[in-house]
Amino acid sequence: MRHLLSIADLSKSDALQILNTAEELARVSDGPMKKLPTLRGRTIVNLFAEDSTRTRISFEAAAKRLSADVINFSAKGSSVSKGESLKDTAQTLQAMGADAVIIRHSASGAAQRLADSQWMAGSVVNAGDGTHEHPSQALLDAFTIRKHLAHGGDDLTGLHIAIVGDVLHSRVARSNVLLLTKLGAKVTLVAPPTLLPVGVESWPVSVSYDFDSVIASVDAVMMLRIQLERMTELFFPNAREYSRYFGLNRDRLKRMKPNAIVMHPGPMNRGLEITADSADSARSVILEQVTNGVSVRMAILYLLLAGSQEIGASE
Amino acid sequence: MSSTILISGGTLPDGKKSDLLIKDGVIAEIATTIKAEGAEKIDASNAILLPGLVDLHTHLREPGKEDAETVESGSRAGVKGGFTALSAMANTSPVADTAGVVEQVFRLGQSAGLLDVFPIGAVTRGLEGEHLAEIGAMADSVARVRVFSDDGHCVFDPLVMRRALEYVKKFDGVIAQHAQEPRLTQGSQMNEGVVSSQLGLKGWPAIAEEAIIARDVLLADHVQSRLHICHLTTAGGVEIIRWAKARGIDVTAEVTPHHLLLTDELARSYDPVFKVNPPLRTESDVMALREALADGTIDIVATDHAPHPAETKECEWQEASFGMLGLETALSIVNKTMVETGLMNWATVAERMSYAPARIGRYASQGQELKVGAPAHIAVMDPTQLFRVDRDLVASRSRNTPFHGMELPGRILATIFAGRVVFEGSHA
Repeated sequence: MRHLLSIADLSKSDALQILNTAEELARVSDGPMKKLPTLRGRTIVNLFAEDSTRTRISFEAAAKRLSADVINFSAKGSSVSKGESLKDTAQTLQAMGADAVIIRHSASGAAQRLADSQWMAGSVVNAGDGTHEHPSQALLDAFTIRKHLAHGGDDLTGLHIAIVGDVLHSRVARSNVLLLTKLGAKVTLVAPPTLLPVGVESWPVSVSYDFDSVIASVDAVMMLRIQLERMTELFFPNAREYSRYFGLNRDRLKRMKPNAIVMHPGPMNRGLEITADSADSARSVILEQVTNGVSVRMAILYLLLAGSQEIGASE
Repeated sequence: MSSTILISGGTLPDGKKSDLLIKDGVIAEIATTIKAEGAEKIDASNAILLPGLVDLHTHLREPGKEDAETVESGSRAGVKGGFTALSAMANTSPVADTAGVVEQVFRLGQSAGLLDVFPIGAVTRGLEGEHLAEIGAMADSVARVRVFSDDGHCVFDPLVMRRALEYVKKFDGVIAQHAQEPRLTQGSQMNEGVVSSQLGLKGWPAIAEEAIIARDVLLADHVQSRLHICHLTTAGGVEIIRWAKARGIDVTAEVTPHHLLLTDELARSYDPVFKVNPPLRTESDVMALREALADGTIDIVATDHAPHPAETKECEWQEASFGMLGLETALSIVNKTMVETGLMNWATVAERMSYAPARIGRYASQGQELKVGAPAHIAVMDPTQLFRVDRDLVASRSRNTPFHGMELPGRILATIFAGRVVFEGSHA
């Protein structure tokens, strides 16, 4: 496989290979010489047709630590916002000789469209497409969970993870459900019924409307960002009620298992889905997720562009 | 203009093998063997003879979107598919909501001269759903409009729908409803279900179709008028129509070829060639639609032929236009899904694709049985010949066929309109 579009395209061993590679690369990052020469002379384009500073700089840092040339192409002031089509943008990037395009886009399937079309020849990395998937986020989440809770194990067997909040609109949730279950974890989705997708009963997860009944039994809680416009779209009555039933607060934090961790893909709405003391508590690994993100994205770029070993070659 | 044509050895819808002689635009003779010196000859020995197909739902795009289709190019696509009559939907630019626009479309059809083009009038001014369009003037115009539809938009306001249903009784018209509850389908991209949830595409729930159908059959009953449901897609919608017909409500319904064959699984490619409104549904919906078409709950097949220029399909799914081509493949799809499966015979195909749509549209000159004295509108089709759909070879100006690359059974050998050969296929 030349692209990373969806967790669904990865076998378990593909996923583990990315995590293991990330671990090796993290050791380099911890050393005095952070930079590797691996992708010298390769051009990587960050095509961000939707705002996302954190994901963009994470990919940028990853590419630069592998010595790639990075071009940032963001929506604001670029041709994408002037109405140029994805096709024309892709063909332009192809003409400029991009070896890989990291794409963030508000349209579900945009990354796959780019990869399946004849518009460009380089690798495509999905950095979040609409409400579909965000595979690199799931990989960094799995990496973080494994580091804290797997006790030297390879995968996540035996762990129970709750994903809490706006599952319906969350690409982070979709990728994580696929990846965490692939790695052996038990996943429970916690959300009001309005924010769960139709057909969720066919997903390999448990579902609960009651955060309090779940909180004491999980090894990790993954809090999803809730967008305030969901309120005007009638998904819940108001922010206060949402926080009361589905927010992570001090009381719920106290009821968690001794070693359980708190995660959030960011950016957080402090006071809405997560209180400040929960976000800043000793259980919180939120900043570590950011750090791990760079290593995991280095691994993705490394495996797609550098080696003879290909991600997904087994499929 | 008219000449003498002898179609020899064809099989009529009732299964009888006959020769058929056309003279002066009408069927002059039907007999086991006809000798006609000097007649143009069509060898139909492997073919079925069907009355010219009648499409009650076609987007010809003219005026306004001539880059996608024109009345002339759409007519060529039509005859290539065995049609001798099309019904031009009203969502053009300007909208066909005045006598002027429908007469223009009607005349464009006549000057193309390949088949009958019957304009459909808008129900509401500008398709905005608020004020009635000039329905009476369109009915009285040269185009003699009898079918009114805001297709692409639902006539959502129940009072507007009631008034429209009542008003068209004056001249035996019919309201063709695009059944889509707008609030339940805001921003919808595909069928709401397991697939849409996995793909992260906003769902278009079946209930949004069923709720409007349920309301409108009750309205039609209340005001004793004629209602036609466009492009039925759901098993639930079928049940409501079945119930309404059992009650004696004057409702008819159509299904598109693509909804008889394709499912929402195709959206997994994110290729917008599979994006259509109403959306492709599930396998069980497809099976319910086939069964309903076979038993007559669904009266007709209509193409909803919807040409779009390349740039509106070569893009992200959510940016893309809704719609797919249908005219050139319709009969082959019906052959594949209904005849080859044993659900329907050719006599029923003639009913669903010619007689019934002509009756609903009150197209007196169309949809007549192949018998002596009837106007010579005929489709000659070899149901066993396979052909591979190629979007680069379509007669339409657009290429958005979801069947590209698919091998389909049934090739149109010739189409005859008013006694003239308006299409002749290559004999493979």
